[in-house]
Amino acid sequence: MYQYDTHDQTMVDARVAEYSDQVARRLAGTLSEEQFRPLRLKNGLYLQLHAYMLRVAIPYGTLDSRQMRMLGDIADKYDRGYAHFTTRQNVQYNWIKLEDSPAILADLASVGMHAIQTSGNCIRNTTADHFAGAAADEIEDPRPYAELLRQWSTFHPEFDYLPRKFKVAIIGSETDRAAMKLHDIGIQVVKNEAGETGLRFYVGGGMGRTPMIAPVIRDFLPPLQMISYLEACLRVYNQHGRRDNKYKARIKILVHELGADEYRRQVEEEFAHVLTLGLEPPPAELARIKAQFADPGFDPAAPDAIDLSDPDFKLWVDQNVHAHKVPGYAIVTVSLKPTGGIPGDASADQIRLIADIGRDYSFDELRVSHAQNIVLPHVKKADLYAIWQRLDAAGLATPNLDLISDIIACPGLDYCSLANARSIPVAQKIATRFADIGRQHELGELKLKISGCINACGHHHAGHIGILGVDRKGLENYQLLFGGSEGADTSLGTIVGPGFTEDGVVDAIEKATDVYLAQREEGERFLDTYRRIGTAPFKEAIYG
Amino acid sequence: MSSERFKILTGNDLLTGDVTWWTGSGWSKAVDDAAAVGDDPAAIAAAEETARRVVGAYAVDAVRENGAVRPVHIKERIRALGPTVRLDLSLRPNDPAAAAWVA
Repeated sequence: MYQYDTHDQTMVDARVAEYSDQVARRLAGTLSEEQFRPLRLKNGLYLQLHAYMLRVAIPYGTLDSRQMRMLGDIADKYDRGYAHFTTRQNVQYNWIKLEDSPAILADLASVGMHAIQTSGNCIRNTTADHFAGAAADEIEDPRPYAELLRQWSTFHPEFDYLPRKFKVAIIGSETDRAAMKLHDIGIQVVKNEAGETGLRFYVGGGMGRTPMIAPVIRDFLPPLQMISYLEACLRVYNQHGRRDNKYKARIKILVHELGADEYRRQVEEEFAHVLTLGLEPPPAELARIKAQFADPGFDPAAPDAIDLSDPDFKLWVDQNVHAHKVPGYAIVTVSLKPTGGIPGDASADQIRLIADIGRDYSFDELRVSHAQNIVLPHVKKADLYAIWQRLDAAGLATPNLDLISDIIACPGLDYCSLANARSIPVAQKIATRFADIGRQHELGELKLKISGCINACGHHHAGHIGILGVDRKGLENYQLLFGGSEGADTSLGTIVGPGFTEDGVVDAIEKATDVYLAQREEGERFLDTYRRIGTAPFKEAIYG
Repeated sequence: MSSERFKILTGNDLLTGDVTWWTGSGWSKAVDDAAAVGDDPAAIAAAEETARRVVGAYAVDAVRENGAVRPVHIKERIRALGPTVRLDLSLRPNDPAAAAWVA
């Protein structure tokens, strides 16, 4: 994986020094809160419901064991012994003291980490397929492009004050594991008919209050023109994007209002101009980055067989272990969704344990998934049992990946000042209602996602079952959506009917799963059955 | 429960970020200590922010319940308690019924 060079480290160290001075001036009273607020946000420090919250960037969700261990140590040293992994592959601390924040950034910088691009109307931390570089179905590891994008976008003066925040996701497989079409820009590594590698650009997707699926704006772009094309996409947005209305300021609104064809025409025009400016980094730079993402030293003789005689271990392997591109290896997903737990939360001890396992068994590499789980991307199959035993002893071996209890949930009204309703208690009640793992497996893949407000940090639009918490005359109320998806078959969920109380929405979901079990055909997931039979049978069961 | 509403002032401690409530002469982490601030709390908020004792101060509606101050809106009740999903980190860590307090 990518290691900071002198330029990267110098830049991050300078940022820590600058921020330390800004905090000192704030505490001395020479900066007002109005002056300080944009400065702290540029360094990931929000003021949330109960305290300051620090959001730390994990570029494209990739980190090493030293960095992961530091995340655990920070949780102990400066917070309350835990951290929260987010749907943007980042990590958040909920109880930060302002006076500690410079020291935290210094600790992060000591392991090549920071909180840059985790807030504000800039190009945010780029997300990527959490199986990148390991997936059996991959065309090419997308992370070198993500890293190039990081270097280009960090502190880019032209795009530091965009009309709104700007999120990019990048994948290198046909299978979309990054909700790529629901981003401002989604980039997919593809092959053309001549077998050449290129980049496909989807522009204008997003969730929030106006969910949209991004259309294809460029079907095939030579990879060495990526930066120029991104410049063009951003320039057209920066020029036309609404700054008078924050709810209409995202690029999805611009692409929708201009129309994809007109937006594409303007981008191509700008792209032709940008190409004359020589902004593209030299090919040697991409080659340098790619070299750092070269495969680790896989053992060609690693045995491919797994002893599955332990039934609990087999359950976990069947659900939480995926095929690797190299025989004898596997991809492990560590579930941060224990029954009744808080989705995405991990204690400092758990974080350090996962770091140690990543160091010992996964070539020192870990990933954070947008589904708020942790991935060990390169694990020998022969080591799976030992890994499972260590995870199981720490409550980290719940065999529920992509099942109904593997719930994405935003922090909701328990932590977030923007939320209208709590998300976590709903997730806990659903997971507890369906606690029987056999029942979960019987239901099969069922992606359930909960947001505590219309900003959709919990991806409710993209849930096979989505839940949106709203404020109804001062009371929490939960709208139910069916039919969303974030993969290759991306679709947006539709509201089923009137909302529910917290307990009511759990009952409604149970009734919906009963309809699915009664009506499903061979091989159908909940989503497939819903798409085939429509809303009516579900509405009748829930409201009838 | 009295339905008579009054305004109380809240914000976050500048240094620690802790939720804090204006008592009439200072700030307290306990909402029960909150004092009514009348209809124009802006002057208090501005003075306290200038003095760097609080950040993001704003007034919220409250009622008196069994003699104790209780914010009207659930968001403020959760601020006054702490996260309902981590009562061990709340201001009432030993009260198993604390989560019901926000309902």
